[in-house]
Amino acid sequence: MTEASITVEVVYRGIFQKTLAQRICRAIVLAARKRGHTGTAFARYGDSPERNGVPAKQFAVVAVNDIELEASMAKYEPAVVDVSIAVDDTLVKGVESWAWYGRQPIWKPVRKDGFLLVTSEKTPDEVLSQTDTAERPFSLVVVPGAASFAGLWVFKDDHTDYRVLGALAKVAPDWVRLDDVKALIKEQTKDEAAVQSAQYGYDGARIRPVKPGEGTSGHEKLQFDKPGWTTMRPGIVVDARKPGERNPFYKKYSARTLRPVVNFDTCIKCTMCWLDCPDECFEVTPEGHYEVVYEACIGCGICAQVCPVKDCIVMVDELKFDDNTNKWDLWKKDRASYNQWFEKMSGVPADPKAVARASTAATNASPAANPTTSAGGDE
Amino acid sequence: MAVAVKSVETSDVETEQLATGCEAIAEAIRLADVDVMAAYPIRPYDGVMQAAAKLIANGKMDVEYIVADGEHSQFEIVKHACAVGSRVFVGSSGVGWFYAFEAIAVTAGLRLPVVAICGNRALDDPGAFGTEHNDSLAVRDLGWLLPWAETAQEALDLALMAWRVGEDKRVSLPVAIGLDGAFLTHSQQIVKIPTQAAVDKFLPPFDLGDRLLHPDNPITIAPQVDQDWLMEIRMQNDQAMRKAEGVIREAHADFKKLFGRGGESPFLDEYMTDDAEFVFFGQGTLALPMKVAIRRLRKEGHKVGLVRLKWFRPFATEEIVRSLSRFKAIGVIDRDYSFGSPHYGGVLYNEVRSALYSQPKRPVVVGFIAGLGGREIEQPMAQEIFEKTKAAASGDLKAGDTCHWIGVRS
Repeated sequence: MTEASITVEVVYRGIFQKTLAQRICRAIVLAARKRGHTGTAFARYGDSPERNGVPAKQFAVVAVNDIELEASMAKYEPAVVDVSIAVDDTLVKGVESWAWYGRQPIWKPVRKDGFLLVTSEKTPDEVLSQTDTAERPFSLVVVPGAASFAGLWVFKDDHTDYRVLGALAKVAPDWVRLDDVKALIKEQTKDEAAVQSAQYGYDGARIRPVKPGEGTSGHEKLQFDKPGWTTMRPGIVVDARKPGERNPFYKKYSARTLRPVVNFDTCIKCTMCWLDCPDECFEVTPEGHYEVVYEACIGCGICAQVCPVKDCIVMVDELKFDDNTNKWDLWKKDRASYNQWFEKMSGVPADPKAVARASTAATNASPAANPTTSAGGDE
Repeated sequence: MAVAVKSVETSDVETEQLATGCEAIAEAIRLADVDVMAAYPIRPYDGVMQAAAKLIANGKMDVEYIVADGEHSQFEIVKHACAVGSRVFVGSSGVGWFYAFEAIAVTAGLRLPVVAICGNRALDDPGAFGTEHNDSLAVRDLGWLLPWAETAQEALDLALMAWRVGEDKRVSLPVAIGLDGAFLTHSQQIVKIPTQAAVDKFLPPFDLGDRLLHPDNPITIAPQVDQDWLMEIRMQNDQAMRKAEGVIREAHADFKKLFGRGGESPFLDEYMTDDAEFVFFGQGTLALPMKVAIRRLRKEGHKVGLVRLKWFRPFATEEIVRSLSRFKAIGVIDRDYSFGSPHYGGVLYNEVRSALYSQPKRPVVVGFIAGLGGREIEQPMAQEIFEKTKAAASGDLKAGDTCHWIGVRS
C-alpha cells in the first residue's frame, strides 16, 4: 500500500471459486471507483478452466490515477501485495499450482505489515497453527464463514463476497470504504440482506497480529530451480518416469480441502478406490490393501464415493492434518494406535462390529462437503 | 550448326538418369534409406508421391509410405515418426503447405529433423499451379532450414545435404527444400544419381540419442509450458540455427570431395561476378533465364553477373554481405511478394537491404517482383531488370529506391 496504489490478491480454489474471486476483485475496483480511484482486475493467466481445487489467484489493483496504475499493468501477478484474501482456510497450508514452482507459504507475496484475510469458521489461532512460520509481521484477519464452493461457471450466492468486501473495508479504509462497498452492493443487488452481509464482514472480522516466528514449520519445503537454455534438454524434452515410478516433482496435495482416511480393518480389498481414483493415488500393499499416497491426492472424494463399505474411506478436513505421511505402515505396526488415530480424525468408529456392512456407496461420501462431486465440477 | 559429339564420362560413384526434380527427390529418398514418408496429393508435390510410389512398386525402395487424410496429418505423422527415431520425408505445396502449418511450426520447436520439400506454388485463391515462393517463405521465422534448388541435380544433392545437416546433433532442425513448381519439379533433366555406397559415406544413420521416444528411454516431449520457459526454448533453437551455417559448410565440403559438385560456397552460386559492376540476386530457377540474359549482355559489353542464393535460412549474412558489397548495385529478383512491406518489396529484397544496412559502403539495392504465379521470366523482362539495375548503379535514385513489377499488364 503506497500512497498511490493498493494491490489485493484473492487466492481461491480453481473452478469452484473462480466466479467468487472474480466478483470480489471487480467489486474492489468498482467500490474504489466511487471515491474517484481507478483500478484493474485480472486473473492469473493460465489454462482455463483451471484444474479442480488447484490454488489459483485473481488480483485487484486500485490506484489514485491511470499513471500510478501503469506500474501494476501488463503483469501476470504482482510480486508484492498489500492484502491477500484466501477464500478457503485450507489454502493456508501453502499453495502450489501449475505456473508456479514449489509450495509457497500463503503469506509469500504479502508485504511487511500487510494483511492476510481468510474466510474460516475457525479461530485465528487455529488458522495460524497451519500457516507457515511468518518471516515478517502481518495481520491475520479471519472473516467468519465456511468456504463457498460452486461448480464450473456457477456461482453460489452465499454472500461470501460481501463479507470479504466488508472485512477489506475494515483493513484498507483509505482505498475501499464500507459506505462505498454497501452502495455498490445495493446498486447491484437491491438486496438489503446483501448490504448487511458487508456490515457483518466488517464487524465480524477478527484481526490477529502475527509476529515473525509464529506459525508452523511442519509443512514441506518444496522449491525448484528453473534451468537455463544451456542446462535444459533440447527439443522440449523432460525426463519421464518408468512405469510404476511416481514423479517426485509433481505433487498435488495443495489442491486438497478434504483428505481420505482409510479403515484398513473394514477394507474388503475390492479395488474400487484404486480403480476409480483419477490421479492414481493408491498403492497396493503386500496384504492387498490400498493406501493413499497423500502427496498425489487432490482430495476429490471419488474413492469415498465408490467404496462399498460404510465409513471405510472417510473424507476429513485437511486442516486437521500436519503432514502427508502415508499411514499403512502405522496400521501394520500398531493397529490399536492407528485405529485410535482413525477415530480421532474421522469421527467414526473404527471397530468393524460397530459398522453396519450393508451400506451403499451413496451414503458414504458427504456430497455437501465435497466440491468436486457436489458441484458437477470438471466439465 | 554442327553439334560436337562427346562421350559421357562414367563414374564409380554415380550413374545418369533423365529425371524430373520430383524423380530426383524420390531417388534421394531411396538413397537416404528413409523409414517413413507421408503423402497427400497437391500439385506439384504429387510428382514426388508418384515417383516414390513407383520406386516402391518396382521393388527398388523400402519405405513406410503413409497416405494421410490431409497435409496437417501428413506433417504430424512424420513429426511423430521422427521422434521415435525414423528418418523421414514429407512435403507439400502452396495452400497444402499452409494447411499443415500447425505441425510445421511445432516440428522446428521440437528440434525434429524432418526433411521436406515445398514444391513452390502460388497460393490460392485463385487456384494456380505455377511457382511462387511465398509458401516456403511463410515458415521463414519458425526455425526451418530453407535451401532452394535451381536444377533437378541440385534438388537431389540438397536433399542428401538436408538429412545430413538437419539430423546433425548440433543442428537437429527440420529442412524444407524449395523446388520451383513445373520448371524444376516437372521438367526432366540429366541427373547424376549417386551410388548407395557413395551416399553411405556421406550420410550417417539417423540417431536421436537420448531424445529417442522409446519405452526404455522414458521422456516427455513438449509438455505444457508457460512464460517462464519459452524464451529458453527459443534460445536453444536460435543457437541450433546459428550452428547450422558451419555444419552446412562441413557437409558441403564432404559432398564436394565425394561427388565433385556444389560449387565454391554452399550458400552462394556466383556467375560472372569477377569483374561485375552490378549483379542480379535471387533464388531458384529464375537464375536460368537471368544467366542467359547475362551472356547476351556481356557480349554487348555490360559488366553484369548473378549471385544465386542457395540457402535462405540460415541466411549466411557475413558471406552474403561480403559478396554483395563488391558491387555498385544489386537487382534483387523476388518470385514472392510481401504486401505492405517496406518499400512495397519482396521478402528477399528486404532481407538483403537489412543485411547490408550496417555496411559502411552499401550498394544500391533495387527490387523486382517477377515471375509470380509461375509466369516465365522472358528475355525482355530480364532486359528491363537489367536496365533498371544499371540505372540505379549509375545513380538514378528513382530507379534505385523502389521495387518494380516486371512483365505485369496494365
